[in-house]
Amino acid sequence: MSDKPRSPIESGCPDAFQYMHPTMRRNYGQWKFHEHPKPGVLRHVAYSGEEIWTVRCGTQRILDVFTLRKLCDIGDEYADGFIHFTIRSNVEYIVDDAAKVDPLIKAIEDAGFIVGGTKNSVAMISHTQGWLHCDIPGTDASGVVKSMMDELINEFRENNMPNRVHITTSCCQINCGGQGDIAINIQHTKPPKINHDLVSNVCERPSVVARCPVAAIRPAMVNGKPSLEVDEKKCICCGACFPPCPPMQINDAEHSKLAVWVGGNHSNARGKPTFQKLVAAGIPNNPPRWPEANAIVKRILQAYKDDAKDWERINDWIERIGWPRFFEKTGLPFTKYHIDNWRGARNSLNASTHIRF
Amino acid sequence: MAKKIYETPMLDELENGPWPSFISGIKKLRDDHPEERIQEVTSSLLGQLEHSYETRKGYWKGGTVSVFGYGGGIIPRFSEVGSAFPESKEFHTIRVQPPAGNHYSTAMLRQLGDSWEKWGSGLQTFHGQTGNIMFIGTTTEGTQHFFDDINSYGWDLGGAGPCVRTAMSCIGAARCEMSCTNEHGLHRHLVNNFTDDVHRPALPYKFKFKVSGCPNDCQNAIERADFAVIGTWRDEMKIDQEEVKAFVAAKGRQYVIDNVTTRCPTNAITLNDDDTITVDNHNCVRCMHCLNVMPKALHPGDDHGVTILIGGKRTLKIGDLMGTVVVPFKKLETEEDYEEIVEMAEEIIDFWAENGLEHERCGEMIERIGLVNFLEGVDFDLDLDPNMVSNPRQSSYIRMDGWDEEAEKWFNRKAEAAA
Repeated sequence: MSDKPRSPIESGCPDAFQYMHPTMRRNYGQWKFHEHPKPGVLRHVAYSGEEIWTVRCGTQRILDVFTLRKLCDIGDEYADGFIHFTIRSNVEYIVDDAAKVDPLIKAIEDAGFIVGGTKNSVAMISHTQGWLHCDIPGTDASGVVKSMMDELINEFRENNMPNRVHITTSCCQINCGGQGDIAINIQHTKPPKINHDLVSNVCERPSVVARCPVAAIRPAMVNGKPSLEVDEKKCICCGACFPPCPPMQINDAEHSKLAVWVGGNHSNARGKPTFQKLVAAGIPNNPPRWPEANAIVKRILQAYKDDAKDWERINDWIERIGWPRFFEKTGLPFTKYHIDNWRGARNSLNASTHIRF
Repeated sequence: MAKKIYETPMLDELENGPWPSFISGIKKLRDDHPEERIQEVTSSLLGQLEHSYETRKGYWKGGTVSVFGYGGGIIPRFSEVGSAFPESKEFHTIRVQPPAGNHYSTAMLRQLGDSWEKWGSGLQTFHGQTGNIMFIGTTTEGTQHFFDDINSYGWDLGGAGPCVRTAMSCIGAARCEMSCTNEHGLHRHLVNNFTDDVHRPALPYKFKFKVSGCPNDCQNAIERADFAVIGTWRDEMKIDQEEVKAFVAAKGRQYVIDNVTTRCPTNAITLNDDDTITVDNHNCVRCMHCLNVMPKALHPGDDHGVTILIGGKRTLKIGDLMGTVVVPFKKLETEEDYEEIVEMAEEIIDFWAENGLEHERCGEMIERIGLVNFLEGVDFDLDLDPNMVSNPRQSSYIRMDGWDEEAEKWFNRKAEAAA
């Protein structure tokens, strides 16, 4: 006879105060200002006069337990025994004394981590699970990011951009990586290939039909078995049917491509928050180093760095110079696919004579 | 039995270059971990991942795995190529809710790492895009053992599936001078009120809470949360004119004109001849730009509160939606204030659970039924406010025979507020 199963303690989200640096705890809600003494380092001063120094560093994000312990060792020896993770998965060490900063930076760099990612840098790329763990990925995530960060490492370490740049990657069009100044996302280009032998056993057909954004899926009998069929003229190849119905295979080694989107901005600073817009597609999904996608991202970054004014995010910059100039400066083609035809699309058309020459 | 080592020529390429390599980390587990089980699992994982790189396909499928008493929180993964890579054929992820604001002591990180090493693969991520700690890779049996272990010292599972998801909040008041609310407190008040809805998925689809302490919205709440709470203030911005002068002296008037005053979206900030600035606080929309540029000189006012926006989400199924304003300003100081916001969240979730279609996010439901039907349908007083719209209606196609009553409601509400 097995032991009685243990009932869970539904404690939910833990209180952070028990794991917070004591100087932060003491000055909670009482911070006065911050400075940015150098890349990767922040100094925050409280009304009480106390201050803390933050050193931010990038890691491989998928941490093996040895690496996790290495990060803890640095925290114990050179910081004050606390680690804060940013929402872009960077590690932040927090110390209460300026004298601790340089030895801490040295220890971080000696251990192979990268100090940076603050202010007007290219921040750590936010990404998803990809082939390592997702059930529907069109590409890998950690590998794409590793390849890109290898090439953008100096932009992470330094503060040479007009404003911060958030890059994201996503392995399907659900876009778990989120909105970004630059987003590199899978874009399928062919309808799903259906394994009709499996559909009736694996898929709840009415929910799959309901999931399609363009009503292109309908129930059908195929080879005497209940299955589903896709109107391929209507299908927009979004892949929404694949998660609820894995026999509708959307991923394709050749035809699942990468697309690049720009101008997503979460902040209300200056303008209202914005969603990212398509700029490039048809880019090969090319492991292990994705050179074509990398080249386009670097080209966009270079144009932005050369032309944007201080404090302009990518969306602010394009709003000022206009889309024709963006395509000119980046050398990317403008095609019929750039013109939206989804609901609300008319709002994206130019109903004016505002044209730059 | 010696573990099988797979050739990984493509993954090996990802060990080159200066950025830390996750492949080197997994290989270290394979080659150096004292426990044979972890060596074998990670070796097998590398084999399958290389196979994905070669064929450009993923080979994980979902399933049903949970822990005793819960219905969600685990991302089950079974390999479709398990016969070729048997040691990692079950490779489930456990989603664990982080402390609000993502703070850890090294001692606690070590304890979590030790537990995971005992029952799982030794691979983890801080954090996934929904905000959870992701403990990546264990068997169905390991799932229960690991959960029992960490649950006994204060950790609980996050959300997965159609349920209230793990919440997120920015670092906020713990370190940031822009913070206008108690992000961590509200984060926990909200999500911990819904633990049942987190652990037992029974909603139309996912529902996310995110809290940002100011309109910079570092937490991406407006873009990504069904229920976004953003700290703000309604009195005057605080200006330290001595620091303004110091800033102008250091950067020059031209810089201040180009980077501060002309960037103000409502032309609400003026640089004066004596190098001080004047702010038109009634027309300031709290965009944060000038505070970001001059963090020593400019600060949020003292009359703090929050703006609540509902319905943000990404593409599926009708396209991207930002959250939109439902409550322009709410004080968040007393216990009652917190209770009110929790009650509002309960009523919104109830209404959506009742009226949302399967796999329809809250924002999509609002798009389908219209904001007014939502506001009137939710069993909570959500007062109409012109701050809810960018502009009033353009279309004349609307039946308006209730106009007089509605106008009267408006004037009554105004009179009440003035009283």
